[in-house]
Amino acid sequence: MKRLALILMLLAGPALALDPSEMLSDPALEERARALDHALRCVVCQSESVASSNANWAQDARRTVRELISDGASDADVMAFFEERYGEFVRMNPKMSGSTWLLWAAPALMLLLAAASGYGYLRGRAGASAPQDRALSEAEQARLRDILKE
Amino acid sequence: MITEFGHFALILAFLVAIVQAVVPLIGAHKRWPAWMAVAEPAASAQFLLTAFSFAALMYAFIVSDFSLRLVTLNSHSAKPLIYKISGTWGNHEGSMLLWVLIVTLFGAMAAWFGSNLPPTLRARVLAVQSAIAVAFFAFILFTSNPFLRLAVPPFDGQDLNPLLQDPGLAFHPPFLYLGYVGLSMAFSFAVAALIEGRVDAAWGRWVRPWTLAAWVFLTIGIALGSWWAYYELGWGGFWFWDPVENASFMPWLLAAALLHSAIVVEKREALKSWTILLAILAFGFSLIGTFIVRSGLLTSVHAFANDPERGVFILMIMGFFMGGALILFALRASAMEAKGVFSLVSRESGILVNNILLAVSCFVVFVGTMWPLVAEMFFDRRLSVGPPFFNMAFSPFMLVLGLVLPVASAMPWKRARIARAMRPLRYVFVLALAIGGLAYAMQTERTLLGPIGMFLAAWVVMGTMVDLAQRTGRGPGRLRRLTRLPRADWGKMTAHAGLGVTMMGVSGLMAWQQEDIRVAEFGVPFEVGGYSLTLDQVTNTEGPNYLSTTGYITLAQDGREIAQLRPEKRIYPVAQMPTTEAAIDYDLARDVYVVIGDPQEGGGWAVRTYIKPFTNWIWIGSGLMALGGLLSLTDRRFRVAAGARKTVASPVPAE
Repeated sequence: MKRLALILMLLAGPALALDPSEMLSDPALEERARALDHALRCVVCQSESVASSNANWAQDARRTVRELISDGASDADVMAFFEERYGEFVRMNPKMSGSTWLLWAAPALMLLLAAASGYGYLRGRAGASAPQDRALSEAEQARLRDILKE
Repeated sequence: MITEFGHFALILAFLVAIVQAVVPLIGAHKRWPAWMAVAEPAASAQFLLTAFSFAALMYAFIVSDFSLRLVTLNSHSAKPLIYKISGTWGNHEGSMLLWVLIVTLFGAMAAWFGSNLPPTLRARVLAVQSAIAVAFFAFILFTSNPFLRLAVPPFDGQDLNPLLQDPGLAFHPPFLYLGYVGLSMAFSFAVAALIEGRVDAAWGRWVRPWTLAAWVFLTIGIALGSWWAYYELGWGGFWFWDPVENASFMPWLLAAALLHSAIVVEKREALKSWTILLAILAFGFSLIGTFIVRSGLLTSVHAFANDPERGVFILMIMGFFMGGALILFALRASAMEAKGVFSLVSRESGILVNNILLAVSCFVVFVGTMWPLVAEMFFDRRLSVGPPFFNMAFSPFMLVLGLVLPVASAMPWKRARIARAMRPLRYVFVLALAIGGLAYAMQTERTLLGPIGMFLAAWVVMGTMVDLAQRTGRGPGRLRRLTRLPRADWGKMTAHAGLGVTMMGVSGLMAWQQEDIRVAEFGVPFEVGGYSLTLDQVTNTEGPNYLSTTGYITLAQDGREIAQLRPEKRIYPVAQMPTTEAAIDYDLARDVYVVIGDPQEGGGWAVRTYIKPFTNWIWIGSGLMALGGLLSLTDRRFRVAAGARKTVASPVPAE
């Protein structure tokens, strides 16, 4: 048991996501802080937000977020603070600026394109003549005669 | 010794695959029956050899043969047997071997059950399938050989990633691969049809079961992965929009589109070239998925094989098959003349709307997944695209899909009237609106997501039931007729209802989840969302290959004990990794999800509690979707040999 306790102590390592000791006592501020945790990416992890990550870096980031908003920083200030240090990558979602508008517009553009071509196809189908109207080809007529003879 | 046999069998299978990829193709072109006939025994031999090779690798894992590099890196003698077995595919090399095993399995199945296919088509399908196998055999043998030996074997291995030591995840990759690779069959059929230069109703009927099977496997695989993430990652998320998840989701969306459009080809001989294109793209997205996972190009929790060299190899495979197939498509698509005539409002156009929504939503996911790469390459911006983008961009498509589904599936072929299709559905629509309104009135949050989700779910589930009931016609004996409806109808109803059920689970969980993080003192109860939780004690114990800290928590409601929860925090010393094992009290109405954190300086332990409404319906719905697919797969028209093309038709040249 002693050995186990020792190993556990040595390996205690990373804390698991948000810890009560990190939390702010003011629930309104804490709620804002959690929203910010979700908007910030853990830069040492792989596709995880600061909110869900167990990494030490994310823990530090959560503390920083809480320190900043306790000092009266707005949400935009906090995002700017992190962006200045870690680049745009730290945002979970890119800003709607410059080339990124293409990303945000892509769904609507693609839907329009698809709907337009789909409509064009439907119009074509609705106006098409039924294939039954077409006469049989020479080969088909020969086969038909064969079948009828049997 | 067995390992060497396995290695040898793999090389033999590679050679057989080369023969199978070339000889039947020439045979089909020249109409030489003997050359075409090579395909079937070759497909069987290829499968048996690969299966033997895979079994040999599995054997090495089971007996912990640490002279194998792969076993040393990914296994440990103290690991439970099931994870030794799943360790076979829990790593890059082994999972690629599993991948190619499934390619050959599908090839062999097409050879065994494809006796009703015209010989030239069958030869071509098997040749294309084998060409895919050749590419992946080469990939395994030249860049990621699982059978490499170590000169000096160590005493013990380095263990499998502990996150992967879990029953949910042990079987997640095989199902996913069955799905990915199942789409290779649709691809092979599409390319073979392009080479033949003809697509008709019979083709639609042949290609559909394969697509359906692949889609069912993908559904199960994705659901298993999402369930695993839910209980294992420690905060109860079920979907992260992580590149690797997206990689499996994109083929799922396209496969869903494909299995609908194949019905139009089968029943109405329309949408032919679109269906061919979908079949090519669906497998293309499977390859993209493999590429994303295997190259580690986009960072992700799953990328256990970050190796650019392998990425380039897969990129070449992808370029060859997609480029080749799309060029072929461009040359031959004009030959796929549509026959069916239908009006602007009809079942056909309903399915077209389904296809547009599914395909565009797939491309939305694709754009979001690849955007960080594009931004870095072309705009020199390092950025990330996270879940908020996907939730915002993807959900509207599902909303419209759910709205349209019951109406579109109630419409008849050829010519329909929306008003007439709506008539039997109107009560259900009002009832669904009422349910949504009720949800809005009852909730304490001011969110629209929950009520809209409930409305949509009720509308889809009840709408599909009404549709099924309508099919029994009027008059007495309706119940008897209901039981005699084709299984395809039952499958359709089940799968569509499953989608509605999943929508309910997703929106309920996302809208009404409650979170509570606090320091719990021993014996002092605390309240979360109407439940009372008490931390009784915390113990340290030792598992087979891990150390565990377990919390003992009593869950009670209104003074009555509901459950004893045992959240754990585990540490795997060999892999030097901690994991959380959440304790979950499952219930159809809500899950109570408890995670134990760290001891606090002032005494007590950190405890995180979530109340997660309707969560289980996400997986119940996925299960229904898979069941619906299976029911449809056992429909009589697939079981009875489809004899639509008994005589050898003279193929029409495409040019």
